[in-house]
Parts: sequence; C-alpha cells; structure tokens
Amino acid sequence: MNANDSNRRRFLRHSLGAVAALFVAGCDRLNETAWFPRILSKSEDFSRSVHKALIPRKSMAQEFTEADLSPYFRSNGTASPESPIYQALATHHFSGWALRVDGLVAKPQDFSLAQLRALPSRTQITRHDCVEGWSAIGKWKGSPLAEVLRVVEPTSAARYAVFHCADPMEADGTSLYYESIDMDDAYHPQTILAYELNGNPLPIPNGAPLRLRVERQLGYKHAKYLMRIELVSSLENIYGGKGGYWEDSNGYQWYAGI
Amino acid sequence: MSTEISSSLHKPRASTRYYRHRLPVRISHWINVICLAVLLMSGLGIFNAHPALYWGASSYTAKPAFLDIRAESVLAAGDSQGRGVEATPESAGEKRGRLRIGQHEFDTTGVLGVSASASGSRNERAFPSWLTIPGPYSLADSRLWHFFFAWLFVLNGIFYIAYSLLSGHLRYDLLPDRRELRGIGTSIIDHLRFRHPQGDAARRYNVLQKLAYLVVIFILLPLIVLMGMAMSPMLDSLMTGWVDLFGGRQSARSIHFIVAFLLLAFVLIHVFEVIVSGLWNHLRSMITGYYVIQSNPDKEPSP
Repeated sequence: MNANDSNRRRFLRHSLGAVAALFVAGCDRLNETAWFPRILSKSEDFSRSVHKALIPRKSMAQEFTEADLSPYFRSNGTASPESPIYQALATHHFSGWALRVDGLVAKPQDFSLAQLRALPSRTQITRHDCVEGWSAIGKWKGSPLAEVLRVVEPTSAARYAVFHCADPMEADGTSLYYESIDMDDAYHPQTILAYELNGNPLPIPNGAPLRLRVERQLGYKHAKYLMRIELVSSLENIYGGKGGYWEDSNGYQWYAGI
Repeated sequence: MSTEISSSLHKPRASTRYYRHRLPVRISHWINVICLAVLLMSGLGIFNAHPALYWGASSYTAKPAFLDIRAESVLAAGDSQGRGVEATPESAGEKRGRLRIGQHEFDTTGVLGVSASASGSRNERAFPSWLTIPGPYSLADSRLWHFFFAWLFVLNGIFYIAYSLLSGHLRYDLLPDRRELRGIGTSIIDHLRFRHPQGDAARRYNVLQKLAYLVVIFILLPLIVLMGMAMSPMLDSLMTGWVDLFGGRQSARSIHFIVAFLLLAFVLIHVFEVIVSGLWNHLRSMITGYYVIQSNPDKEPSP
C-alpha cells in the first residue's frame, strides 16, 4: 500500500465520520424541539393499538423450567430503599408492613403479608426483560392481582391500577417510585403480587416484601417495594400525569410491551 | 421495464437516456435510506444501555456474553496483545476501550468503549456519540426514534414489496434468469476488476446485484424486523414459545445486532459500487428516474 492509498483511506474514514456526526447533530436539533419528539411518540400509541388488536387479552408470557433459572437474579434500580419508614419496616422483617388497596373500589382494605399468603397463589417461572436489553429468569410466587381486586371490588369507573412504592428515587428521600397498568393487565392471570423469588422470601434488592409481576411488559413496570395500590379512572392527576416515575422524569413510554 | 429511448442508435458515441427507476421505487428507496440510517444509529444508542450480546433465552446463565464492549482501567504494563486503534498515550488510571468477541480482546479506545464527545472530553460509552441518535446518551429517546422509524420502515417495506409484486418489478428487474445465473462466475470476476456492464447490458441489474438485492429484501430485512419483534415481551406472548425457534430472546437480540451490521456492509458495498460505476448517473436516475448509457461500447465510457 502506498502513501496515496493510506491518505485516501484516512480521507474516506474521516468523511464517513463527519457525515455521521453531521447527521447526529441534525437529529439532536430535532430531538431538542418540542414538536418532533411529540410526533415520534405517536408511534407508541400506534404500537399499543396494534398490539391490543392483534394479541388476545389473556395471551400468556412464556413460562420456563427450573433448569432455566438464572444463577442470580439481577437487581436493577433501587437495591435498598433509603427511607426511614422502609428501613424501620425491614428491621422488623416487614411484620408491621401492610398493602393499602384503595381508590375507586367498594371496599378499601389493608392486606398484611399473612393475608396475602392466605389468598390463592400462583407460581410462575418467567423471563424478566429489562428496557436496557438484558433478560433474567426467575421463579415467582404470589397472589394474583385479580384475587386482591375480587376482595376490594373495583367500581366500574376504575381504568388503571397505580402502584405506589417505598423507594425514593432522589438522594434527598423524595420522588417515591410508582407505576401503573391498565385493567387488562391487572386481571391477567400472570399479573401477580410476588412475595417469593426462587422459593425464598423476596430479597430486599428484588423488592421485599412485595413486588408486581406484569409479565408481558418490560422491567420498569414491575414495581418493587409495594406500599399501596390505587385504582383510578385517569392517570392525569397522578404526579406528572404520564403514569410512572420514568415516564414523568425521563420520557420513557408508558406502554412497555416493546 | 418501461424504457424511453431518446436518441438514435446509429450515430457513434450517441448516448441513450432511458427511464430506469419508476417513481414508487425512487420514493421507497429514499425513505429507506433515512429509515436505515436512523434505525442503525438509534439502535446503537439503545445497545449502549447494555453493551453485551448473549445466546439463549436470558442473559444471566452459566455462560458469559459472547461479545461485550467496556471501559477498563488498564495497568501500564499489561495490554500487550491489544490492537491499538487511534490509541492515545496512556496515563495512570486512564480508562481504555475494550471489545471482546469470545476469547478475543481488542483495544478500541477512541471508538468503542472510550471515545471523545463533541466537546472533546473522554466519554465511557460503547458506541461513540457521533454514531448514536441522540448523541448524548438517552435510552428513552433512542427508543422513541427507533420505534417511530421502525414503523415507517415496515410500512415502506410493505408498500415496496406489494408494488414490486404487482408491477412486475420483481419478475422483470430483480429475479435472475437461468442464463444470468450461469454467468455468475464471470460477474464475480468483473466486479473484482471493477469492470461494469456497458451499453445495453447496463440497462439491467447484473446477476450479483440482483442476488444481493433479493437477499437483502427477502431475507435480511424481514429477519431484522422479526428479531426486533422477538424482543417485545408482548409480541412474544402471541404464540407462546415462538422466540425459541431463533434460540430465545437474547439470541434474537444478538441476531438483530448481527443482521444490522450485515446490512451496513451491504450499504457500504452498494455505495462503493455506485461511486465506481458512475455516481452522478446513478444518483440522477434514483432522483429523476433517467439513466444515460453510452450506446457505443467501443469508446471509453465517460468518467
């Protein structure tokens, strides 16, 4: 290869890099406008409508066998909630903990862990898909959310279940995590309030004492450290109005089926 | 293929202008260019959230990732077998970019793992900010771009394939006949020598070109869409277990990534061939539809 060749190569490589950088700069300008991301987010509604039309409401997420279990189940987001209330509950092994279920229900109620365990349970070995791209397989045992809803009797106006959590997302102890799902997912047979992982009480990094499993959606929907479930007719008045902590704070999509 | 011959064939050195690409093909081509560029670069932004590839249903098994990109603190002594790409002098504590594929480690500082941002500061990120959409890391925004352009790409693809079937574009322009298939060896040699068909032969796609287009249109593009769908937990539930046909969700994610790079290779070769066989002529024909061929093959083709 002579000098001319290597110059030409360098020129080619640098031009390709420059074209890519220019393209990125243009896209960044669009990304920072108010209107363009709003157009882009239309595809979220479209995906959701297509999925709703295409996929049966009770279609089942794949279930696996014990042989498929991940050696350890990765914890993402909060690993131990830094709030005095939670730490006090954890010190007493969650004996003082109860799940409040209220909002648009006929019979609001507090459920202790013992009461939840007394309800019919479901055990499922499922794949947890994180929005970041990784997957892990775990065995979950818990009460189907449908069983809890049967007790509290949601009114006909209830359209979403909002999950209020104990883990603060800010260092100063504010911005408690929350998520929400619609009633199709709330009544789905694999949607459970899990109190066991791989045959043991739910560990703190994975959401002790209780977390949501909503198997046909990505990990950020699976709220950990549950304190309260609120049934609402609209997400508008819940915090920032987009239905979840990451949705309000970072622009993640509410529909986490993709 | 409809043609409009605009000049006489009797004159020496006469050039013939003919209608090569019809409007639907031209439109879907340029929509595709935009979609593939955005999909690749927003896809690299998404990949940066977890820059590792696995085989199987899950990421956390007894087996490690078969590929990962990372930033690593390297002691000044080590790093003997790393192949430097735009390597800068190492100072203590400075991180180096590493790409690992199976057992093979590469030093990729400057591009993968550790790269410069627009402001010149060193960034620890798998793909550099000049290759991702958006430039600054945002998984949420990369996903927003990716899914919007994925829909545009899929709808454009459906339109193109329907048009190609109904108009005869597939049958007349893309499917090679038996005689062409027999000439595949000659065509390979011609390509290696950068010798391109002249005169009337240039009217039609050559056999390698046809095969490359067919593989891309009917294998690679549908496969990458399908593997994208396999990553959706909701779509996975459509027919329980269908993702296992491709090795599981993490395998599907890896195939999605590998096919993206096969498509990138196709695009680079495609653009190279366009440049060496007459950039302006090809570019004009994909914009206005008209392509010019020299009908006197004895003469040197115009540059």
